[in-house]
Amino acid sequence: MWAMAMKEFRQMRRDRRTLAMMILLPVLLLVVFGYAASFDVDRVETVVVGPRAEQVAAALPDRLDVVRVAPGEGRQAAVEALRDADATVAVVTGDGGQPQVLVDGADLFSARAVVTELRGRPGLPTPEVLFNPGLETSAIMVPGLMGVVLVFVGTIATALGVVRERQSGTLEQLAVMPFRARDVLAGKLLPYLGVAVVDLAVIVAVGVLLFDVPFNGSPLVFALGAVEFLFVTVGIGVLISTVSETQGQAIQLAIMTMLPQILLSGLIFPLQAMAPGVRWIGYLLPLTWFVQLARGVMVRGAPFEALLLPLGMLAVLGTVVFGLSIARFRRDLAPAGRGHGVDAAAIQDQEARARAGAR
Amino acid sequence: MSPDGTSWGCRRLGVRYGATVALEEVSFEVAAGTVAAVVGGDGAGKTSLLRALAGTVRPAAGTVRRPDERRLGYVSAGPGVWADLTVDENLSFSGRAYGLSAGELQRRVGGLLDRTGLAEARDRLAGRLSGGMRQKLALAMAVAHEPDLLILDEPTTGVDPVSRAELWRLLAASAAGGAAVVVATTYLDEAERAATVLVLDRGRSLLAGTPDEVVAATPGLVVDAAARPDGIPSWRRGSRWRAWSPDGSIPPGTGPATLDLEDAVIVAQLREDQRWAA
Repeated sequence: MWAMAMKEFRQMRRDRRTLAMMILLPVLLLVVFGYAASFDVDRVETVVVGPRAEQVAAALPDRLDVVRVAPGEGRQAAVEALRDADATVAVVTGDGGQPQVLVDGADLFSARAVVTELRGRPGLPTPEVLFNPGLETSAIMVPGLMGVVLVFVGTIATALGVVRERQSGTLEQLAVMPFRARDVLAGKLLPYLGVAVVDLAVIVAVGVLLFDVPFNGSPLVFALGAVEFLFVTVGIGVLISTVSETQGQAIQLAIMTMLPQILLSGLIFPLQAMAPGVRWIGYLLPLTWFVQLARGVMVRGAPFEALLLPLGMLAVLGTVVFGLSIARFRRDLAPAGRGHGVDAAAIQDQEARARAGAR
Repeated sequence: MSPDGTSWGCRRLGVRYGATVALEEVSFEVAAGTVAAVVGGDGAGKTSLLRALAGTVRPAAGTVRRPDERRLGYVSAGPGVWADLTVDENLSFSGRAYGLSAGELQRRVGGLLDRTGLAEARDRLAGRLSGGMRQKLALAMAVAHEPDLLILDEPTTGVDPVSRAELWRLLAASAAGGAAVVVATTYLDEAERAATVLVLDRGRSLLAGTPDEVVAATPGLVVDAAARPDGIPSWRRGSRWRAWSPDGSIPPGTGPATLDLEDAVIVAQLREDQRWAA
């Protein structure tokens, strides 16, 4: 028994990635659950519009963090502010009587907190929940879960597919074939992208038909964001494949990139409820922006202009990650490069120049 | 160099992996229409040389002369075939990668399947082939586009004797068709069939030339004995012993041996070991 345990210890010590995961994962989970795992939203961004906006804004409960007061605007502007995710609560005041309180149901935990708080207050009206009137969890989880599925297909499947070539020794065979690195990569990724697109269509259909998830926005904007997001996830998959020798290592690394995304993207725990430092980690993760985009398009029906931030962030992340992955993949695939003075034509040129020089 | 003057190879080639020197100052040439064998033990630098020739390793020094990548065929030391594709699918993929038209591909694949004896197994997954059949498939994939330079990294290692003979028949046919063939091998009986031999040891060129030249250049005398001779380096050959007498003397109980490439390589490595030990 002792001999077996010693053998296992030695193997564990040399398998640094597994060891790192065994040590880092509990630390990561501790940090996440300590600083991020909270459904309690203390401050909810609020806009107040209408003739008595100034007066009403001053009397609102502390939880409602007033970010804009616009006496000249009306209900239409308030609804647009919620649709565009400028605020989660909009208070519409009139010349007299009770103001209307509109709540963005797509921001589930904030909305629930506001509804609970206002219901218990005399003098304030029952809030009107927009976009997700029943405050259904499925309406906000399904769009986010689409992102998780895309991460799964894009990152894990891609990394495994590329590492399989390396592990079976066929990557070297591809390296000598007359392919450009980008052709190998594009040809390799196209089937995975195709499967991911089919997956996405199936999830949208199931979400809408089975779980009654609304699809209020433009399918085109959604498709654009999904393609951008796919590029990021596939790029992460290729990056993982360039630093993994075996499929086991690739899966380990993929899990280490997936876990923070699932926990810190706002998919489960609201970003507003996280400590600022952890929230900023969330802002660097692609799933964060896809979740915002998917909920924006599907639940709130937000237009293209209102989604420029998530679309822009996904474009930036896609460019950086995919660019890096192409560079690393190219280095792996064609280390001798083309035109490095090692092919026949280049050597013949060198020899011709040397002969001319000797004369 | 071949009659038409075409040859491929390297000059003063150096290959490094980080701080490790894999090859140093190695020069090598293979003419069109001939087979050149690269031999050496584990870690001698055979694979690094072949990879540098194929372009999958960047040389740290020296130059490599190789044809355009579309005129190159390569069989790596690994399986080199896609295990989850059938024999036909592997050949089709390789042929199309090298730009063969559908008609040309069909014609050449048919011929290759017949010559390699894989016709019966054309619909079988490559992963389900025996080691010998898999190597024949890898070779067929490497020659389907009729390359000018064919590079094979230990294609016969772990392969049964019948398949070894068939593989050599196939690569000899490629050379007869005009290709320059470089084959790394640990089997010296195979290397004797090559036009030229390069013996590598610890990343350096130990011996080079035709098999006859390499044998003729062996210093001292190799002797044959029924029992192990005392006091001089010796090795087993079948049921008998061989020994190397550096000064050319014939120890008691021994007689001069008929030298072959295996003896020549062992003597060269013994000398190299002595040099390193000194």
